Amino acid sequence: MPQLIAVPRETAVGEKRVATVPEVVEKLVKLGFRVAVQSGAGDAANFADDTYRAAGAEIIDDAARLWAAADIVFKVRAPSLSEVAAMRQGGTLVSFIWPAQNPELMQALAEKKATVLAMDSVPRISRAQKLDALSSMANIAGYRAVIEAAHHFGRFFTGQITAAGKVPPAKVFVIGAGVAGLAAIGAASGLGAIVRANDTRPEVADQIKSLGGEFVPVEYVEEGAGVGGYAKVMSEGFQKAQREVFARQAKEVDVIITTALIPGKPAPKLITADMVKSMRPGSVIVDLAAEQGGNCELTVPGEVAVRHGVTIIGYTDLPSRLAKQSSTLYATNLLRLTEELCKTKDGLVNVNMDDEVIRGTTVIKDGAITWPPPPPKLSAAPPKPAAPKPAVPAAKGHGAAAAPASAKSTAIVFLVGAVVFWFIGAYAPATFIAHFTVFVLACFVGYMVIWNVTPALHTPLMSVTNAISSIIAIGALVQVAPPIRESADRPTGWIVGLAVVSIALVAINMFGGFAVTRRMLQMFRK
Amino acid sequence: MMPATLSTVAYIGAIILFILSLGGLSSPESSRRGNLYGMIGMAIAVLATVLGPQATKAAYPWIIGAMAVGAAIGLYAARVVKMTQMPELVALMHSLVGLAAMLIGYANYVDPVETARFQGAEKTIHELEIYIGVLIGAVTFSGSLIAFGKLSARITGKPVLIPGRHWVNLAGLLVVIYCGGWFIRSHSIAEGMTPLVIMTVIALAFGVHMVMAIGGADMPVVVSMLNSYSGWAAAATGFMLNNDLLIVTGALVGSSGAILSYIMCRAMNRNFISVIAGGFGTGGGAPAAAAGAAPAGEVHPITAPETAELLRNAKSVIVVPGYGMAVAQAQHTVYEITKFLRDKAVNVRFGIHPVAGRMPGHMNVLLAEAKVPYDIVLEMDEINADFPDTDVAMVIGANDIVNPAAQEDPSSPIAGMPVLEVWKAKTVVVMKRSMASGYAGVDNPLFYKDNTRMLFGDAKKMLDEVLVALKA
Repeated sequence: MPQLIAVPRETAVGEKRVATVPEVVEKLVKLGFRVAVQSGAGDAANFADDTYRAAGAEIIDDAARLWAAADIVFKVRAPSLSEVAAMRQGGTLVSFIWPAQNPELMQALAEKKATVLAMDSVPRISRAQKLDALSSMANIAGYRAVIEAAHHFGRFFTGQITAAGKVPPAKVFVIGAGVAGLAAIGAASGLGAIVRANDTRPEVADQIKSLGGEFVPVEYVEEGAGVGGYAKVMSEGFQKAQREVFARQAKEVDVIITTALIPGKPAPKLITADMVKSMRPGSVIVDLAAEQGGNCELTVPGEVAVRHGVTIIGYTDLPSRLAKQSSTLYATNLLRLTEELCKTKDGLVNVNMDDEVIRGTTVIKDGAITWPPPPPKLSAAPPKPAAPKPAVPAAKGHGAAAAPASAKSTAIVFLVGAVVFWFIGAYAPATFIAHFTVFVLACFVGYMVIWNVTPALHTPLMSVTNAISSIIAIGALVQVAPPIRESADRPTGWIVGLAVVSIALVAINMFGGFAVTRRMLQMFRK
Repeated sequence: MMPATLSTVAYIGAIILFILSLGGLSSPESSRRGNLYGMIGMAIAVLATVLGPQATKAAYPWIIGAMAVGAAIGLYAARVVKMTQMPELVALMHSLVGLAAMLIGYANYVDPVETARFQGAEKTIHELEIYIGVLIGAVTFSGSLIAFGKLSARITGKPVLIPGRHWVNLAGLLVVIYCGGWFIRSHSIAEGMTPLVIMTVIALAFGVHMVMAIGGADMPVVVSMLNSYSGWAAAATGFMLNNDLLIVTGALVGSSGAILSYIMCRAMNRNFISVIAGGFGTGGGAPAAAAGAAPAGEVHPITAPETAELLRNAKSVIVVPGYGMAVAQAQHTVYEITKFLRDKAVNVRFGIHPVAGRMPGHMNVLLAEAKVPYDIVLEMDEINADFPDTDVAMVIGANDIVNPAAQEDPSSPIAGMPVLEVWKAKTVVVMKRSMASGYAGVDNPLFYKDNTRMLFGDAKKMLDEVLVALKA
C-alpha cells in the first residue's frame, strides 16, 4: 500500500506559501505515492484545487481528517501544537522546525512517536544543495528585499539622462554576501543601481564581483568563515573597524540591505541609530535579519517603520510575499528530499540514518530526538586562506626545469668528468686542448641560450639550427682550391668533386633552412 | 685576399651573430630579427672563408656554381613546403648535413697534404677526428633519411624490430671500434681506406636500423636527436679542420638538439635510452601488453550541429590539437571557428602538449600558419589549471596526451606522463576517426567519461560541418 503524502493549508497568519505545487504532485505520484491536498491550500499562491486534482492529488476539505489520514505531512512553517495533536501516532512530518527555538514543539512531536525531517537542518554539503530550502528561500528573500526597497525608495534605481535632466543611479549597500545577499546584489545591479557589498569572509569578494557588485573590505585581519559556510562572531577590534566602514557607507548610499545572520545567535546589531540618522532622508533600509531581532537597532520586526526620514523595512515574511515562486522552489526541494528517502520509487519512505544528508535533516526519529546531528564531515566552508594556493606553480623558467640532480649522481658525473679531463690533459697535444676549450664553452653557451627558447618556437628553432649547421660548408669551401697544395699524388679531381657536391648539398640547407624559418616566423602574430 | 687574422675576427663576429640568433627565439617578437642575425652570420662566415687565406681564386667558379644550384633547390623547397610537412623537410635537411660531413671527412682524408701535416699524437688525434666525423655524419645521414621516409609515410610508421637487435647493435659497435684501431695504425691512405669504408657502411646501417625501430609518435625525440647529431657532426668536422667557428656552431646546434630531445622525453615521461632503443615499453619486448582492465562504460556520440550548439553556449573553450589535426589539414577550419567564437566574446584558447604532433613545436607552427594569434596558444603547464573553469574542451585528433590513465592508473604504460587534464572541463568533445587506441596502444578512459562526447569522423570534414552549423 503506497503511503499518503498530505499537504495541509498553512495556518500561520499571513503565510501564503504551500508545501507542494501541481507540477511536483505529478512527480510524487510517479514515485509511487498518493497525494492529498487540503482544499484551498494553494489559493494564496495562485494554485487552484482543480490544478492539484488534475495533477493527480486528492482534495480533502477537513484538516483534521487530512492529518489523521496522512502517513507523511509536507508543510512550510512549523506546525502549531494543535496541529501536532491532530497528527497520527508514528507519522512522518517534513517542514521547517527550528528545533533550537521550539523545544516544546519538539517534545510534542516526540510524544507522538513521529519521525520529523527539518528543512532548516539540511546539512550544508554539496550533495544536499538540491534540497537546501533555506538557500531557496534566502534567494527569494534577497530578490524581494530589493523589490521592497525599490518600492519604498522615491527614485529610479538606474541612472538616466532624460530631456528633463540627469537622474543619478541609486547606491545600494548589501551587508552579508550569503545566498540572500548575493541574490540582492544581482537583483539591484540588474535594476541598474551601483551596488557595494561587504562580508566578513573575504573569499566571497569574487562572487560579489561576478554579480556586478563592488566588494567593500574591512581592513582588519581576521578569518571570518565558520563551520558549514556560515559566518561566525567576530572579535571586538574587527567589529569596530567594521562599524567605521558601515558608518562611512551609510552617509553615501541610498539603500542598505542587511542579511547578517549567525546560526543560533541573535542577529548582530550592525546599523546603529546614529548611522540611520546620518543617512539621507528618503533612504531605505531592508533588514532581512528582522526575525532574529534585526541588524539595525531601529528595526521593528514584521513592519515598515520610518525613523529620521529613513524607511526601515522589517518584514519577516519576504519569501511568502513571492508565494508562487517560493512555493514552487520549496516544493521542488521537498521532491528532491523525497527522492532521497524513496530510492526504490515504490511509494514508501525509508529514513536511512546512515545517509549523511538524511541523518542531518532528521531531527526526530520514531519519537527519539536526534538533533543536533554530528558535525558534517565535509564543510562547505572555503579552504582556509592560511594555506594560500601557490599562485603560479613556481614561476617556471625553462632553466628551472632541469631540477637539481641528487648529490650521488652529481658526484658520479663530476668524477667521470674529472677522469676524462685528466686523460685529455695528459695525452692530447696543445692545439687540441685549445679547440677542446672552445668546444666545451660553446656547449655551455648553447645550453644556456636554448633553455630560454619558448616552446612555441621549437620548430623554428630546429629549422634555424639546421640552417646554422650548414656552417659545415666551410669545411668544403677550403678544400676546393687551397693555396700551394700541389703534390704529385693528390687526387685533386676526387677532392674537388667531393667538396663541390658537399657545398651544393649544404647550400640547399643553408638557403632553404633560413628561408623556411623566415616563412614560419612571419606567421607568428598576435 | 684577407689576412688570416681578419678572417678569424670575422669568424668571431659570425659566432656572436649565431648565438644572438638562437637567443632571439626566446619570443616571437624577437625571433624574426634572430633569424636575420643568423643569415648575416652565415654570410660573413662564408665570405670570410672564401676570401680568406685558405681558398684561392681558382675555387670561385666551383663554389659559386655549387652554391647557386644548392640555393635554388633550397629556396624552392622552402617556398613550396606545406607547414604540415615541416617535420619531413627538417629531417631531410639533417640528412644533407650528415652527408656533407661524411663527404668532407673523406675528402680531407684522401688529401695527402692535409694528412702529412701531422705527426705522432697529433696525427692520431686528427685521424680520430676524421673517423668520428664520418661516423656521426653517416649515422645522421641514413637515420634522417629513414626519419624522412617515416614522417612522409613512405615507410611504415610502426616500429620495425628485428630479433636480437641490441646484440646486432653491440656487434656493430665492436666492429666500429676495431676498425678505428686499424684505421689509426694504417700507414698509407690506401690502407686506411678499407676500415673507413667498412665503418661507414656499418654506421649507415646503424642509422637505418635505429630509426626504423622507433614508432611514429616518438618522432619528436628522433627528429631533435638527429638535429643534435648534425651539430656534433659539424663540431667533429671543426676539430678535423682546426676551425673554431665550426666547433662553436656545431656545439650550439648539438646542445640545442640534445635539450629538445630531453624536453620531449620528459613530456612523454620516458627516458631517452628507451626511446632510442626503440618500440614502446621495451622492457619486456611486448609493446604495451594489455595493462590494467580495459575501461568499460558507455560512449556518448555527438553530431556536428550539437557540437556547434555546445560551443555557442560556452563562455570559455580550450582546443587541444594533436597529430590528427595536422593529418586532416584542419588548422584553417579551427581558426575560422576560433574567430567566429572570439567575435562572440567566447574565450577560446589552445592547449599544446610538448609532444603533440611529430616534431617539437609542430602544433604552434600549424596554428600560426592558420593565423591563430600566438598569445592564445598556451603550453600545457600554463593551461592545465584552467580546465575546471572551462565549459568545453575540444580535443582534435589527439589521444595519448589527454589520457587520464596517465594520472589515474599506476599500471598503465603511460603512467606518470604529464597530460592535458581535459576531462576536468564541463564537457569534452573528442574528435576522432574511430575508437582505435593511440600510439602507445593504451585504451583511453577519457572516451567513456560521462562528460565526454565523441564526434567521429575526419577532423576537417567534421569541423567544416561544425562551422556551417555555427554560422547557421
